[in-house]
Amino acid sequence: MGERVGIEVSLAAAEAVKMANVDVVAAYPITPQTHIVEHLSELVANGELDAEFIPVESEHSAMSVCCGSSAVGARTFTCTSSQGLALMNEIVFIAPAMRLPIVMILANRSLSGPLSIWNDHTDVMSVRDSGWIQVFTENGQEAFDHVMFCFRVAESPSVSLPIMMNMDGFVLTHVIEPIEFWDQETVKQYLPDFEPVNRLHPDNPVTMGAFGMPGIFTEAKKAQDQALINSKAEILKAWKDMGDLVGRYYKPVETYHVEGAETVFLSMGSVGETISLAVDQLRAQGKPVGQVKLRLWRPFPFEEFREAVRGVKQMIVIDRAITYGGVGGPVANEIRSVLYLEENMPTITNFLCGLAGRDVTAEDYMAMFEKTEQMVKDRVRQEDYIIYGVRE
Amino acid sequence: MERFNVYASRLITKKEYFSPGHRACQGCAEALAVRLVAKALGQNVIVSSATGCMEIVSSPLPFTNWRVPWIHVAFENTSAVASGVEGGTKALIRKGKLPDKGTVFLGMGGDGATTDIGLQSLSGAFERGHNFLYVCYDNEAYMNTGIQRSSSTPFGAATTTSPAGKLKPGQITWKKNMGEIAVAHNIPYVATACSSYPFDLIQKVKKAARIHGPAYVHVLSVCPTGWRVPPNKAIWIGRLAVETGVFPLYEVENGKYRITVDVPELKPVLNYLKPQGRFRHLTPERVDQIQERVTREYNQLKAKTAL
Amino acid sequence: MAKSELELGWKDLEVGCVVSEPGNASQYRTGDWRSVRPVWDTEKCIQCGVCYIFCPDMAIKKTEDGYFEANLYYCKGCGICAQECITGCITMVEEEE
Repeated sequence: MGERVGIEVSLAAAEAVKMANVDVVAAYPITPQTHIVEHLSELVANGELDAEFIPVESEHSAMSVCCGSSAVGARTFTCTSSQGLALMNEIVFIAPAMRLPIVMILANRSLSGPLSIWNDHTDVMSVRDSGWIQVFTENGQEAFDHVMFCFRVAESPSVSLPIMMNMDGFVLTHVIEPIEFWDQETVKQYLPDFEPVNRLHPDNPVTMGAFGMPGIFTEAKKAQDQALINSKAEILKAWKDMGDLVGRYYKPVETYHVEGAETVFLSMGSVGETISLAVDQLRAQGKPVGQVKLRLWRPFPFEEFREAVRGVKQMIVIDRAITYGGVGGPVANEIRSVLYLEENMPTITNFLCGLAGRDVTAEDYMAMFEKTEQMVKDRVRQEDYIIYGVRE
Repeated sequence: MERFNVYASRLITKKEYFSPGHRACQGCAEALAVRLVAKALGQNVIVSSATGCMEIVSSPLPFTNWRVPWIHVAFENTSAVASGVEGGTKALIRKGKLPDKGTVFLGMGGDGATTDIGLQSLSGAFERGHNFLYVCYDNEAYMNTGIQRSSSTPFGAATTTSPAGKLKPGQITWKKNMGEIAVAHNIPYVATACSSYPFDLIQKVKKAARIHGPAYVHVLSVCPTGWRVPPNKAIWIGRLAVETGVFPLYEVENGKYRITVDVPELKPVLNYLKPQGRFRHLTPERVDQIQERVTREYNQLKAKTAL
Repeated sequence: MAKSELELGWKDLEVGCVVSEPGNASQYRTGDWRSVRPVWDTEKCIQCGVCYIFCPDMAIKKTEDGYFEANLYYCKGCGICAQECITGCITMVEEEE
């Protein structure tokens, strides 16, 4: 096994990208992603990573460069946050349609306005429908492990889709955690070389990016949708193989104390660890509370999720993004739809919290639990959402 | 006709890397320019294309007119995509995953895609020094979307978003000088060309392809549909653009200017403006304004060649 | 090979909608567009190839005896060849109905 070090998570992620032997890194600096890119450029400058580091002049160009390099069969990486993701939005939708296996780390940060550099999920939620495979990591070890996972899944010939790995900005990127590195031999076993399905090369001239008339566009979208749905098989296999190699088995839906739970918190990303503290405290008070953490966001893991919450009477969905004038946070929206036709569908309260990095403590989550209990007792209609902690 | 042997046509490869059956308008001199550039570069090329006339007419799924590798992603990012193609290939060669075949990396876009929306990515690619050739096919407006003005539309031209009306005489700004912008980036090779001078164009593209580093060729591409000239006059009007000094053909190698098609005595610009419907509203005063500027700029260019 | 996109189902599309057959658009008969077509007077033709060079549609080919003629499958009848011909040996004639 590799060594276990105390290291800033951004640097660990960059080290993982190095160990994956990436060929091209094209990125533009934006807080809080900067440490990842800076470390990668240092590794290239020192000859520790043999890659083309392309310091692009905008994020839109970053994703465009990635499309070009992925198209010629180079292992390609980029990372960004918030406004950078918004700027590359046009190309973010194009990459999966062209089935280019780009790996992107998203250091989750709030979308302007007002301008904010702090963490929430408004950026990733804005590209929910882009067609990327999307996973969430909660701590440093998960971040390191999932870099390998991302290259492995994205580049699988049966998948060939870009993949977005979410890490909470500052909250995860800038903390120092103990992380067990893989050794290079393990990486080699887990991650084969990239052999693209299609490659731009004069010996075999192909056309990529032809335009679609109305008569063919629907078929193109069906093919793309099916590819994303089908990728689940490779995703599960990649997690299983990782577990067999390094002893950590990841799942699309992680659970904590769900046995006998009547009320369950649902969250994505790093807040999960704080919620676990609240769950512990509530359980100590005798409340039948549990927690479900969604690791795989797209393609949505329907079976695993419905199985995990079977028998639950009440769900508390934590959203870290807002949909103005709509039915609630994006996650609650999805969860309500996923469970709509289930027998004994649980009631669902929705709390929007931790927007732009505002701290949410275990006590806050306990307060949300109490509020939920009260709403159930008062038979309050629960399709609304509550922006938690807003000062009047 | 250029002052070359009239039989020089025979020296050009007969292969067509850009296949017939494309859907460009009758008499499209831009399609001709693409054809000539493709002949100049041959098979060992990877093309990154912007959205535009040439992309649309040549790639209706599931068909393609391209017999060389070709990628289209979006409108403003050709140079970035080409940078990725070049960078990715460079990395793969260095790491021993691909043999080095000296492939040429071509980025192509129209004037809108180059001088307006794509200027940022072009500038970035120049500054980073990628080994690629960018060819701008300049038909002087956003033609594919219906003849809207771009910063490359010449002064006085009528387009749908710079129409000639009671208050405004068509385009009220002067054509952005992309050649000078490219030169200001200190790239090793910059040239202007026109499909009416095919041998000059082919020579320049071949030269640009051999350059190590960024190279830029700006091709005046006559659009009979948008310029309102009869299709059969496409080559003739392009020639007039050069003979009147409106579009001089020159190249700049490491800062050294050279006019490649010399016109000892410029014809009056009216000869060029009059046959085009897009200029038919111009008053004699406007024509004089254009003449003054064309003469002045041509002399400035000539002065640079003496340096 | 499909003559139009309407003949394809979603499973027929290649991964990423790539087109792997180079130049397959050459099955499209752009010759249907024209209303006039070029005719060469071989008495005057000096076989210089200028017409061939200036055709935007690659629709001019050499005959066996070294003269030139239009490839009527593609020729759009733009008339550039007739306009540019050095000896003026090309005439654009109306297509009969």
